[in-house]
Amino acid sequence: MEDLTPQTMIAVFEEMFGAVLFWAMVAAAVIITLAYIYVLIRDKRVGMRKFLIAQLFMPVGAVAAVWFVMVMTDSALRDIGGPVDVIVLLGIAALGAVGIAILVYTVEALAFGRTTEDQRDGAKSGNGLGQPAE
Amino acid sequence: MPQDFDSTRRAFLAMAAAGGALAALPSSDARAAVGGPSVQTNAKVVIIGAGAAGSALANRLRNRLEGAEITIVDPSVRHIYQPGMTLVAAGLKPADYVISQTTDWLPAAVRLLPERVAMVDGEAQTVATEEGTTLDYDFLVLSPGLVLDHDAIEGFSLDMVGQNGIGALYAGPEYAARTWEAASQFVENGGRGIFTRPATEMKCAGAPLKHTFLIDDLLRRANNRENAEIVYAAPQGGLFGVPIVAEKVRMLFDDRGVETQMQRTLTSIDASRKIATFETADGPVEEGYDYLHVIPPQRAPDFVVQSGLHWEDRWVGQGWAEVDPYTLRHRRYPNIFAAGDIAGVPKGKTAASVKWQVPVVEDHLVAATQGQEGTATYDGYTSCPMITRIGRAMLIEFDYNNDLVPSFPGVIAPLEELWISWLMKEVALKATYNAMLRGMA
Repeated sequence: MEDLTPQTMIAVFEEMFGAVLFWAMVAAAVIITLAYIYVLIRDKRVGMRKFLIAQLFMPVGAVAAVWFVMVMTDSALRDIGGPVDVIVLLGIAALGAVGIAILVYTVEALAFGRTTEDQRDGAKSGNGLGQPAE
Repeated sequence: MPQDFDSTRRAFLAMAAAGGALAALPSSDARAAVGGPSVQTNAKVVIIGAGAAGSALANRLRNRLEGAEITIVDPSVRHIYQPGMTLVAAGLKPADYVISQTTDWLPAAVRLLPERVAMVDGEAQTVATEEGTTLDYDFLVLSPGLVLDHDAIEGFSLDMVGQNGIGALYAGPEYAARTWEAASQFVENGGRGIFTRPATEMKCAGAPLKHTFLIDDLLRRANNRENAEIVYAAPQGGLFGVPIVAEKVRMLFDDRGVETQMQRTLTSIDASRKIATFETADGPVEEGYDYLHVIPPQRAPDFVVQSGLHWEDRWVGQGWAEVDPYTLRHRRYPNIFAAGDIAGVPKGKTAASVKWQVPVVEDHLVAATQGQEGTATYDGYTSCPMITRIGRAMLIEFDYNNDLVPSFPGVIAPLEELWISWLMKEVALKATYNAMLRGMA
């Protein structure tokens, strides 16, 4: 593989998932990311409770991402054969974990808005620099 | 509002903006980066064959030769993604996975002549087709691919494929699918399976081995491996042309319980009795089979030999084009080049070889239009993603010296059965192949 350009990568992913599914996945990722940025700006802070719940979902996302890739590629965990395979596996798991955390956080923020619990948590922890909370 | 979140928010937005700016930067313009600047010429270029090499060169030469008249000659309506045929023959992909249209890959500014070449006259610089057209050329690219000589095996005909345990995945997409029909019967019922390869040069010397590995794996997944014998029978003395790889394959075959019978050439088949006859050093030997995978002898299309473009003293009887192994330029006609399976070079009848041969032909041909010498060389690079079971492959890459030349040294180990190599073969390869056809990789 000579030139690993973005065009090549896009073509590869289109081939893997099919063009429709791939671009639907891209659209979903973009929408979720924009919504995440929106709620961060709207709330002016990261809600600690929402964040914690989002983190709890991370293992689910990790497993789901790995399972999804394996189903799409006719493979299984027993096919992991060397260190680079472990790295790829962990990379996929990480992407799944981060992706689901962002998704869950965004859903929570959009569904429940900025809650008093977040404010209370914010007040308790302050900003860690010894300055009083708002 | 806590000061740190303000700054955090600003920092976050700044990062997002920077990220967006980076993403918006034009990625390396693959087309301009690849090959070089375009030149002015009114040369007439004829390309014989619109397979992997022909299509890639049509796109690249069209890009670089402004003013040139480029014609590509190929009677086939379909373009076959041949690296995918092993997957079709194992039931992992449907036949249409490998089929596209020849016209899908050709630029509009190249004329496609859907006719079959009958003769090339290297002295008069003309190409004549069976349909009666004659084309003049200043430069000729020979990329017609090769011919499968099914008639060379007595008692074998293509309509036998798919029934009574006969497989022949090389013959075409539909035959690869039928091969799976026969192979799946073998996987289900067990018995004795014999996997062969020809004595001649062949395209992708790894595929006969891949088919063996895949059927072995499918038998294991069906919990039927103990009910089957797998035999690999080949005319050569070794399992692969590259000694270090041959040894690895030998070890894997030992591990899989595959029996190897070397220096055996399949000469005839009695399909009704399910008996295959092999030529050996001690005379003909008959072997019964329940599944037989046939790969016929391979040779150049007739017109190459009839036009006298072939090696007389090497690969006798096979007819590969007589070209310099490093420049792919014809040794007797400096304005003729060869790329792909037709090239009479010691290695490289694979799509990966085409990927590296194409820029070399492009460089020399373009330079020649300007009366100059090209500088690019082909080192014999060949790549074989050797599937060793569903889910794992060994990425084997080598050159004319039989040296291993891995593309990802230190990351993807050659001679290791890895998941990532399977991912590349099963999902990434077709996309990179398609990019190559378009002249972009």
